[in-house]
Parts: sequence; C-alpha cells; structure tokens
Amino acid sequence: MTQGSENTTATDFNYQPSPDQSAATPVRHPVVIIGAGPVGLAAALDLAQRGRKVVVLDDDNTVSTGSRAICWAKRSLEIMDRLGVGDALVEKGVTWKKGKVFFGEEQLYAFDLLPEEGHRMPAFINLQQYHFEAFTVREVLKHPEIDLRWNNRLVGVDNKKDGVTLTLETPDGEYRLTADYMLAADGARSTTRRLLGLDFKGQVFKDRFLIADVIMKADFPTERWFWFDPPFNKGQSALLHKQPDDVWRIDLQLGWDADPEEERKPEKVIPRLKAMLGDEVEFELEWVSVYTFQCRRLEQFRHGRIFFIGDSAHQVSPFGARGANSGLQDIDNLAWKLDLVLEGKAPESLLESYHEERATAADENILNSTRSTDFITPKSDASRAFRDAVLDLAQDHDFARRLVNSGRLSLPSTYSESALNSPDSPGFIGQMVPGAPCADAPVTTAEGQESWLLHHLGGDFVGLYFARSDETAESLAQLRESLAALEVPVRLVSIFPPGSDAPAGALIDSAQLMAEARYDARPGSFYLIRPDQHVTARWREADPQAIRGALHRALGRGLAAVDTETKKEGTAA
Amino acid sequence: MSTQLKNDARLARPDDIYQVLIDAHRDLSADQSQAFNSRLVLLLANHIGDDGVIVEAVEAAGKGL
Repeated sequence: MTQGSENTTATDFNYQPSPDQSAATPVRHPVVIIGAGPVGLAAALDLAQRGRKVVVLDDDNTVSTGSRAICWAKRSLEIMDRLGVGDALVEKGVTWKKGKVFFGEEQLYAFDLLPEEGHRMPAFINLQQYHFEAFTVREVLKHPEIDLRWNNRLVGVDNKKDGVTLTLETPDGEYRLTADYMLAADGARSTTRRLLGLDFKGQVFKDRFLIADVIMKADFPTERWFWFDPPFNKGQSALLHKQPDDVWRIDLQLGWDADPEEERKPEKVIPRLKAMLGDEVEFELEWVSVYTFQCRRLEQFRHGRIFFIGDSAHQVSPFGARGANSGLQDIDNLAWKLDLVLEGKAPESLLESYHEERATAADENILNSTRSTDFITPKSDASRAFRDAVLDLAQDHDFARRLVNSGRLSLPSTYSESALNSPDSPGFIGQMVPGAPCADAPVTTAEGQESWLLHHLGGDFVGLYFARSDETAESLAQLRESLAALEVPVRLVSIFPPGSDAPAGALIDSAQLMAEARYDARPGSFYLIRPDQHVTARWREADPQAIRGALHRALGRGLAAVDTETKKEGTAA
Repeated sequence: MSTQLKNDARLARPDDIYQVLIDAHRDLSADQSQAFNSRLVLLLANHIGDDGVIVEAVEAAGKGL
C-alpha cells in the first residue's frame, strides 16, 4: 500500500544527533514536546510564535502512515490559520459542508453544516493526516525556535517539582535532558502515560469497523454519506467521504464477531468494496485498518509540570471528528497560558485552568461520541429497537430525523463554567457569552482592505471595541493607552459601522453588520478576548476598572493556587 | 419529588384506549411488539415535548423493575 502522493511536501526526515546528546549533564529546556503529530507540531508552532524555544521529540522519522484523521473542523482551521498554515490546508483539502443520511436504499435527510455566510473558514475540510502533518512540519522548519528531533524515543520520565528529566533513546544511544514543562502529545498509546503509570479508563465499544482509504476516479459529490443498513452491508452501517488526490474514505461496520486479521486482508476487503461501489469501478487500496473504538480520558490532564494534550489525554470514537480537532483546541488553550507563566506574567494557577477547561471539553466530546456510537452500535435489544424505530419514523416524521445520530460533528467548546471568565453583563443575547470561541465576520480595514475579524483577534489579549458614532481619535487613543498599560498589555481592536470615517488601524463592519449582529453589540460595547480567541468578559461600556479586574481573573489570579489532586473526578468511566 | 406528570384520569374513554393499545399488538411477534412500542414511545414523547414530564414518566415507568 502506498502512502502519501507526489504533490505534497517531504514526508521522511533525517535523524541528526543533537549537541545535547554529548553534554556532560542534562541540558535544560523551557518546553519539551513529545510527539510530532498534528497536536505536538501545532503546540510547537504556537509557542514558537510567542518566541518560546521548544524541543520536539518524535520516536519515528516520518509523518503518519495511512489517512487516520481526515475531517478538520472550522475551529481547527481557524487555529491553524493563526499558526500560519490555514491557507495551505484549505487549498489542498476538500471543502465540504453537506451530508446525506440513508436508511437501506432510501435517503432519510440531507444537512448543511454552515448555512450562514460570512466566515473565512469552511465548516470542514477533508485532508489526510499525513498532508496535514507535512504542511505543518514545513511551517515548523521555518522557526529557528523549534528544535525538531526525529528518532528520539522516550524511555524514561522523572517528574519532579522543579522540572522534568527525560531519558531518550536514539540511534546513537541514550541521553537525558530536563524541561521546565513537558507536553505529552504522544497519542492514544502515550508512552508518557505508561511511564507515569496513569490509568486511562473508559468505555470500549463491542464492535469492529473496517476503515479503507481507496484511490479511485468517482463522481460522488463532496458530501458526507452515511448509511444505516445499506444493501451492500446488511444490518450494519457505512460511510463514504472524499479526500484530496482521488482518495476516498470508506468505513464499514463489521460487528463484534468479525475477525480483525481476516477482515483486513485484501481478498476480504476488495469484495466488500465492490459490493458498495459496483463491479465496474476501478480502485486501489491505499490503507486498510480494522478498528475498535473507545471513549476515555485521563482523570487529570496536568501532572505537575507535565501536560497531556490530544489523544494522550482523551480518546473518542471517530464519529463526529472530535479526536484531532479537540487536540488542536487543547494546544490553543494551553500555549498562551504556558507562555505567560514562563514569562512570569501569570501565576502557576493559570495552568490549572487548562485541565478544568479542556477536561470539561473532553467530557462534552466523549458524551457526544458515546451517544453517536450507541446509536450506530446499539448495546441492547431495547436500544436497537429504539434506534430502528427512529430510523423507521424518520422517513415520515421530521422530529425523528433530529434523533438520527451518525455523528454529531465537532464544534468548539464554550468554557462557560471557567473560573477565568467574568460574570456576563446583563442585557446581552446570542452566543458570544464569556467562554465562547469568537465568531468570525467579514470586515474591511480603515485602509480599504477586505479582511476577517478573526485575523485581528488572538495571539495577545484583545479588547474588541464597537466604536460610538461620535468617537474621536483622542477617545480611542485614550482607550488604547489604558489597555496597553495593563498588567499584560491588551491590544485594542476597534470596529466602526459601515460608512463611518474610521481612523487608521480600525476595522469597518460589513454592510450587513455581521460583526455587530454576531456579538450583539451596540455602540460602546466592549469584549475582552483571550489570546486563544475565546471571550472572557463583555460589557456595554469600556470601563477601565472592570477591564482591569476581568484581565486579572483571566490570568488566573482569581483562582486559588491548587494542586492537581483537588479537582473533579473524571466522568469517562 | 415534583409532579409535572399528570396522574389523574385524563382519558374520556379509558377502556377504549386500552383496547386500542392491546389490539395494535394482536398480530405482532414479540420483536414486532417491541418495535411498535418503541415507535409509539417516540411519537408520544415528541408530542409531549416537555423534558421534565418525560423524565418523570420514565422514572415512574421504571419503578419496581
């Protein structure tokens, strides 16, 4: 089976010994990341963009084989856009937002995930994980702050109060290094987790699925097609989804009794695919795997100076595209916090909010993923009877279509319970509550350039200010200066209604007032936005005192310093 | 606990409705009966459209089982 294709960047990399390997005592680094998958690489980029030196260690010397993750959600693309890779991903990926669900031979319903205009990024793209990694590595290599070391296998971790000592095995033997902080992005079979002896408890689903990526010329539309009980896979489910380079993802439910070794043999796979695609379609197998699914998470995502990010911290079934997408939200959440703590501008307690916010998000993803899996793989006769009843009723009854669950597709989490948030101000409606990821909207710069709101948010703390009609250059300058003088500087982004005479550097809302509508803004409304583009506070007026307090809180100064023991129990079990 | 779920007699002709339910199952196998009941529950739950009432009914139905 082949891997990758000719029109992507390099996918194999060379091991090169680091001077660290011959140092007399372990060399100390501020941040060491284990794993050069999508999540580890994105974490490295985010920290490097903030000027942090990062060492990334991978036990292999290649990007992933097989497609693995394929569906990248809008929020992931927005994060990768902030990290400089968004355009490359979207350009190469297959953009889609529509899908169909079939029952037997009948279409039950069709859906559109992004019916609303005025977002820079599409609802989803499909892109093979190896392409995603190759594009991201290409960007990583542009950053001198990132020291990417291939064929460095983690074999020992000593997690001490004052730093983490790692033992690495390389083609030139073992060496040690120490880290102020270590990020474990080493996947579902995390070595770090094993070395620390941490439980990874959860639910195993008694079902097997065949995942095949096939190369074929076919004119199915670029939509997600899901079948319950199709004629070509009686009593089971099936999924068909398009990727770039004429690669198609096919996912066939096999049932628990299927023999995984037998089922991945081409002589078993090819007849199954022919039954689905028709005898006349020519195809080639790129990658085949037989999977069982699990939903589980670590009880704690932070262990002292070690942070678990991505699949090492939480695992879900693939229905819903909540695996890699939630991993990218993990790094989006962690990088700015780590940066501010390393800088000495925020207390250690800010780091604890990583676990709070992302474990809650993981529980949300696990809940959604478990529900989808329960629908696709009913675990009891009664569960199957209800599932079949939903599918039968869905043909004639609209309400039942809403109950059909072939995967509730990844949406970013709103950290509505986060201790970093300030209480919401009365009188606001809509989705931009404290904790919510910022909505995008088309804007124009004062200089007349078309742009997108999200391009102007994030990276730093931002004060998004909806200017008044009588705004003067002086009043804006005053606000800008007061924000810049806060304990961590807040960058002013002001937005004016269309037709107004906006000063240099300001933004102008679209003719349809999309920013105003999505933020339920009035003249004078002010949003305090975190470096990860999540809202943390909002007011009808920009009151410097309130802003100072909310920033203080968003930096974790409103939290008691907590050790990792006291937090809530995992709910994954 | 709370009582959104009405348990006073609300059917004008209870014996008739009871018979409608029984008759509906007359020619069904056990599997078909389960399918029928599942559909009926879903249809009625949607018609009720009140989370609290449905949750209370689920609790009441499960009592003693």
